[in-house]
Amino acid sequence: MMRNIIISGVLLALFGVVGTALVAFVYQGTAERIAANIEAATLSSLHDILSHEAYDNDILADSVLLSHELLGGRDLRAYRARLGGEPVAAVFTVVAPGGYSGPIRLLVGIRVDGTLDGVRVVSHRETPGLGDEIEVGRSDWILSFDGRSLLDPFYDRWAVRRDGGVFDQFTGATITPRAVVTAVRDALIYFESHRDIVFAPLPDAQPVDAAPAEDAQTGAVQTEALMEASPRE
Amino acid sequence: MSDISYREINANGFWHNNPGLVQLLGLCPLLAISGTVVNALGLGLATTLTLVASNVTVSLIRHWVRPEIRIPVFVLIIASVVTAIELAMNAFFHELYLILGIFIPLIVTNCAIIGRAEAFASKQPIPKALADGLAMGLGFTCVLVALGALREAVGHGTLLADAHLMFGEAARGFGLTLFEEYRGFLLALLPPGAFIALGLLIALKNIIDARLQKRQPAHAAVPVEAAV
Repeated sequence: MMRNIIISGVLLALFGVVGTALVAFVYQGTAERIAANIEAATLSSLHDILSHEAYDNDILADSVLLSHELLGGRDLRAYRARLGGEPVAAVFTVVAPGGYSGPIRLLVGIRVDGTLDGVRVVSHRETPGLGDEIEVGRSDWILSFDGRSLLDPFYDRWAVRRDGGVFDQFTGATITPRAVVTAVRDALIYFESHRDIVFAPLPDAQPVDAAPAEDAQTGAVQTEALMEASPRE
Repeated sequence: MSDISYREINANGFWHNNPGLVQLLGLCPLLAISGTVVNALGLGLATTLTLVASNVTVSLIRHWVRPEIRIPVFVLIIASVVTAIELAMNAFFHELYLILGIFIPLIVTNCAIIGRAEAFASKQPIPKALADGLAMGLGFTCVLVALGALREAVGHGTLLADAHLMFGEAARGFGLTLFEEYRGFLLALLPPGAFIALGLLIALKNIIDARLQKRQPAHAAVPVEAAV
């Protein structure tokens, strides 16, 4: 009896080891390719948004993690585009919490002058055939943000038509575009008040003694906004 | 059952004991991922690959594994195979992987797979287990694709849209637009539409079976193997 149990246990453990080995082996073989795929997918949507801009930095490496209510979540990555070291535009990952069936993740590109470069949907669970018209592949609604800013249209017109704004809603779907419009507007508001944090150089790219100065600066912005925003990495 | 012929294995997988239409196993992915032909084909082929790999492995080890630990061993095998396939899909069909999302790892929970391991592969030699995995997997894929075609045609008015996700850039032109300016029929794309379409397919199969039975009463007595 005891012997049987031990044999069974050893057999089970053996299969566990073999199964894990198989997975580890495949992981080893594919990890590099998967990372490259993810990087390529991100880069292609970033290029898509920044297609009108000229920049020369490694935009994937020049990114910060931001946490703020206006961006809709914590640890959202923002990518900075620079030309000759001067900031050109920033692309924020934004979460629109008000989607019809769950949060909508967006990439929002904002030029240094505060105008929108472009908006793209990263992931969503909206109703197929209705809410999914926010995808650039299904309709060009999302392109209607290009060139807009906080003053164009004026703040209270930053809404879908049904709410008295300037942006179209879809037939049968108002909640989805409303969530996207609000999230883009909030990203613009965030950008206005946190420009310094957004374009702060990477910590390892600057001399050690400059770090406290930057902290003081960001600290001031933080108290003003009563929110938390910390450049990391 | 021990001397089942390849012909019977194929007939079972594609028709008499089809996982999608008769055993009604693996309904969760069947209903969730059959919105378009390309998605259905992607998930169907991934499931087939899993079935073949797990059936062969289970058959290979059928003399060593004690009956009391066979189920955990089967689960271990299936989970390892599915994880490996998931990683491979992420690496080689990245966009399709993003669409199929959670349903690739969920192949683990497709009871058709452990069902075949337990009911067939654990009692049969390797070539037959392999044939059974192929027949069952492709039978499941056929149902998925039929359902996908039905729902895509009715819901979107297209067929094989986004074929490039699966077959590469050369296939970008494969998509057919059946109706120009089609406004779409939402019900077909939502889960209730999947249930209705599957119900119609099952009804169709039963009608065909009834017709065949009437025509050839002698041939009708094909034993239907019990599902798990």
